[in-house]
Amino acid sequence: MPFWLDSDKRAIFYQIFTFLMVGLLAYYLVNNTLINLEKQNIASGFEFLEKEAAFEIGETPIQYSAADSYGRALIVGALNTLKVSFVGIILCLIIGIIVGVARLSTNWLVSRIALIYIEVMQNIPVLLQLFFWYALFYESFPGPRQALNPIDGLFICNRGVAMGIPASHPAHKFIIIALVLGLVISFIIKKWAKKRQDETGTDFPVFWTSVGITLGLPLVVWLIAGAPSEMDIPALKGFNFKGGLMMSPEFIALLLGLVIYTSAFVAEAVRAGIQAVSRGQTEAAMSIGLKKSHILNLVVLPQALRIIIPPLTSQMLNLTKNSSLAIAIGFPDFVSVANTTINQTGQSIEGVALIMLCYLTFSLSTSVFMNWYNKKSKLVER
Amino acid sequence: MAIIAIDKEKIARIKPPVIKTGVIGWLKENLFNGVINSLLTIIIFLFMVKFVPPFIKWAFVDSVWFSTSQVCKECEGACWSAITKNFRFMIFGIYPYELHWRPFVSMLSLFTLLYFTYYRKYWSKTLLYAWLAGLVAMAVLMKGGIFGLTPVPTEMWGGLPLTLLLSIFGLTAAYPLGVILALGRDSKLPGIRYMCVTYIELIRGVPLISLLFMASIIFPLFLPEGVTINKILRAQAAIIFFTAAYIAEVVRGGLQGMNKGQYEAADALGLNYYQTMRLIILPQALKIVIPPTVSVLVSAFKDTSLVVIISLYDLLFAAKTVIQKPQWNGFSTEVYIFVAILYFLGCFSMSNFSRKLEEELDTDKRS
Amino acid sequence: MKVVKLFVVFLATLAMTTAAMAGTLDEVKKRGMIKVGVNGSVFGFGMPDDKGVWKGLDVDTGRAVSAAVFGDPDKVEFIALTGVQRLPALQSGEIDVLCRNTTQTLTRETKAGLNFAQPNYYDGQGFLVPKKLGVKSAKELDGATVCVLPGTTTEMNAADYFRANNMKWKPVVIENTAELNNAFFAGRCDCLTSDASQLAANRSVAPNPADYELLPEIISKEPLAPVVRHGDDQWYDIVNWTVMALIQAEEFGITSKNVDQMLKSNNPGIKRFLGVTPGMGTQLGLSDKWAYNIVKMVGNYGEIFEKNIGPKTPLALERGLNALWTEGGLMYAAPVR
Repeated sequence: MPFWLDSDKRAIFYQIFTFLMVGLLAYYLVNNTLINLEKQNIASGFEFLEKEAAFEIGETPIQYSAADSYGRALIVGALNTLKVSFVGIILCLIIGIIVGVARLSTNWLVSRIALIYIEVMQNIPVLLQLFFWYALFYESFPGPRQALNPIDGLFICNRGVAMGIPASHPAHKFIIIALVLGLVISFIIKKWAKKRQDETGTDFPVFWTSVGITLGLPLVVWLIAGAPSEMDIPALKGFNFKGGLMMSPEFIALLLGLVIYTSAFVAEAVRAGIQAVSRGQTEAAMSIGLKKSHILNLVVLPQALRIIIPPLTSQMLNLTKNSSLAIAIGFPDFVSVANTTINQTGQSIEGVALIMLCYLTFSLSTSVFMNWYNKKSKLVER
Repeated sequence: MAIIAIDKEKIARIKPPVIKTGVIGWLKENLFNGVINSLLTIIIFLFMVKFVPPFIKWAFVDSVWFSTSQVCKECEGACWSAITKNFRFMIFGIYPYELHWRPFVSMLSLFTLLYFTYYRKYWSKTLLYAWLAGLVAMAVLMKGGIFGLTPVPTEMWGGLPLTLLLSIFGLTAAYPLGVILALGRDSKLPGIRYMCVTYIELIRGVPLISLLFMASIIFPLFLPEGVTINKILRAQAAIIFFTAAYIAEVVRGGLQGMNKGQYEAADALGLNYYQTMRLIILPQALKIVIPPTVSVLVSAFKDTSLVVIISLYDLLFAAKTVIQKPQWNGFSTEVYIFVAILYFLGCFSMSNFSRKLEEELDTDKRS
Repeated sequence: MKVVKLFVVFLATLAMTTAAMAGTLDEVKKRGMIKVGVNGSVFGFGMPDDKGVWKGLDVDTGRAVSAAVFGDPDKVEFIALTGVQRLPALQSGEIDVLCRNTTQTLTRETKAGLNFAQPNYYDGQGFLVPKKLGVKSAKELDGATVCVLPGTTTEMNAADYFRANNMKWKPVVIENTAELNNAFFAGRCDCLTSDASQLAANRSVAPNPADYELLPEIISKEPLAPVVRHGDDQWYDIVNWTVMALIQAEEFGITSKNVDQMLKSNNPGIKRFLGVTPGMGTQLGLSDKWAYNIVKMVGNYGEIFEKNIGPKTPLALERGLNALWTEGGLMYAAPVR
């Protein structure tokens, strides 16, 4: 048999051919690039990461100054990206779920408002929303010296929002440990209660016990430490507020834009998920005499979640990726720092490669986590 | 057995109790059915009383519509003059002023095509050809250079036409690429499959802005000395490669939704791979995925706004340029609201279209 | 897959425009257009007006080059570039000349492989503060929030300055000038740092210009000049001498209005300059009318300064360093002979 009639051999041939084509294209591009780099005298490689950055960054979660290296500047950028994505995802889930449930409310007004929110926010580009919130923030709030002070310890001005936080105290460490401990104990109780229920059928109020333990333990530690209640209230010193927790307008605008935009999608996913659980399920659950909370917890939510989780994951990833638009309003996220780096060193290939690598890491690790979660939640199904 | 005469007419004339119908009934049913709902309604109502009248006062009562910027700066309300005075610049960007009729006609023909596409009864081969002809005509009209039209270099395209072109051409080119990638991802040949998977996951894992950076600052390095591709085309390519990965995922969903029997039937008929795909699988799979494809188009349309970051004069950048001018500095809210309305209209009608299609194409109405 | 790749390559080939790097002038003439990279968002230097027509000092410099080469100031394609795009665009040949308030530095001339022509604007970096802040010197800015454009020499200068004076600061970096301005006026930052010309421009567009003042310190030198690629001396000469011609015309007192009368002048210098005595333009590879065209069609340096950024414009900039050397400025053109 001639080889072109043998489908296996033909398959190999196709693949080799495709690889060859792609390889040639890659070779062509790489070759051109090398020639161009050589000709234009652009350095290549990542040595620049160790050189002095010589630019300042507005928001630094870790110690950083202009005398530090580009590498450290980029780490600061990455941490800023993580910070805004993390807070964004949490807020976005909360708002998204509220709006999604509100969309199904029997109250006409509530469901209409939720509908308008979803439709409007989904259909306006996120970049435009960022510009809008940023402009609104600094155009409508007063300067730091006339800062709004709606409640004690909270100041709002066009430099951002300053908030009072508990002044640092040695007991804080132990309170956090107690919190973690509480979470672990709650987890164990949940396992134990499940096991006991499987064996004996007796119900155990897991939820309230867990809440009690998780909140109670830190409270006890706090009381033992003498209930330190001193607050670190921001105060106007020199040009700006000092002390407390300060959030910049860039951060707030970015957060607002991302959260509002993405939460509209989350709400839509939540609504679709809940609606997808057929009414018969609820009725069946009622007919076997389950309590209302049990119907929601044991029948509707597990099924709805399985439908909601995949689109939710992609929305979280979208939020993380969209946080790269921070560059447009001046929040020093990874892209913004990388952009400055490229501008100063001229090493655009390395810079863009780092940007891609950074987001790929975020995306892939989220995917891995979500896949794990998906598998776990699938186990509920028989 | 007594025969009771029923006066049907009389019964019909008896009105239901007043609390079940009319405004009161509706209110009771929809706004005050329960303590929590009543409370919510009242809270929302209070909010509206507090915020809606000031907004209306700002936007309509105190606003100025056709004034100079000087009047605007003294005015309490919204300055819509910032838009009316710069309307043509915001819509057409830096396209030569006296040639604005060309992008205008282009957009008009695009809207006509979109109108006919909206109704399924017009779907036919003719419409498809009309689209192809229309796209070519639009490009020619914008670019000029033949039929005695003054050539306008792509660097001078801008505003809404640019936004529309980037998204329409982006989708038209990304669609076939996406279908091929999806087929590749489902392919039995491991080499090709891995290549497609890598491509799709790579692109979906990074933000569009990194691709735009690549297109605008790295891509020139990829080309041999002296060869350049202009900026708009490079951005367009980035959008195409980006959108293709998302379309691939959508199409893959459609392919996975196909019944195995379809493949087997095709095999039984002795069709080869290309015939199977072209005649059996793709026509069905692509039909299923029309609605999600439209939502990819909606995102692509919104994503074109990102070209602001690489200085292309699209709708958003043209609008930003306006607020940058000394006279119109400080009216960003008005300008952004205007741009937001335009984007909203575009996206909303597209998602509406997708919803309508979903209903029409849903031949399986068992749910 | 492969079909697509081929298709892409095919499309790319269709869309490519080849430019022979060796002779930019020949290439420009063949194309019939000069591609000029401009800023796109700095009012008075390079920005489209409400009809989409490019206006500004940098834009007029580009138009002057076009007038010199083609005898027509409008054979120019302006391409808006961000800070990070501008140098790669020039290096790759996407543009022929960059007129985008770019500071001449050693690194840019050597490592980036560029040549800077005669500066068309001398600038220096300063600080703009609101008066109510009560700051009288940049030395008092310890702890301030500073608005600055990212990735520019400005940003690095500011970092250097604060470090040298052992002060702390918090930058707010926004890539877009308009966005940055708006942020500053709204009080997002205590001070705005940029080239002094920019600051004056910014102040003039403020809601109430009298509320802001420039601090006395000028912390850097910023010679802003048109840029071309290394290795094409003829093209460099053309761009360089175009700027020189703008300056020289002002020195001679030749304006776009009186240039035709000046043709009758007896001054041998003016005669050479305007091509009445032939021989100058041809040495550049242009027509002898090159300088005449520049002045007639675009104006002299003083005119374009007045038109775009001078006291009658919203920017209301004084000539300062950019006055002719005869009037105490730095604008000094080498003789055309």
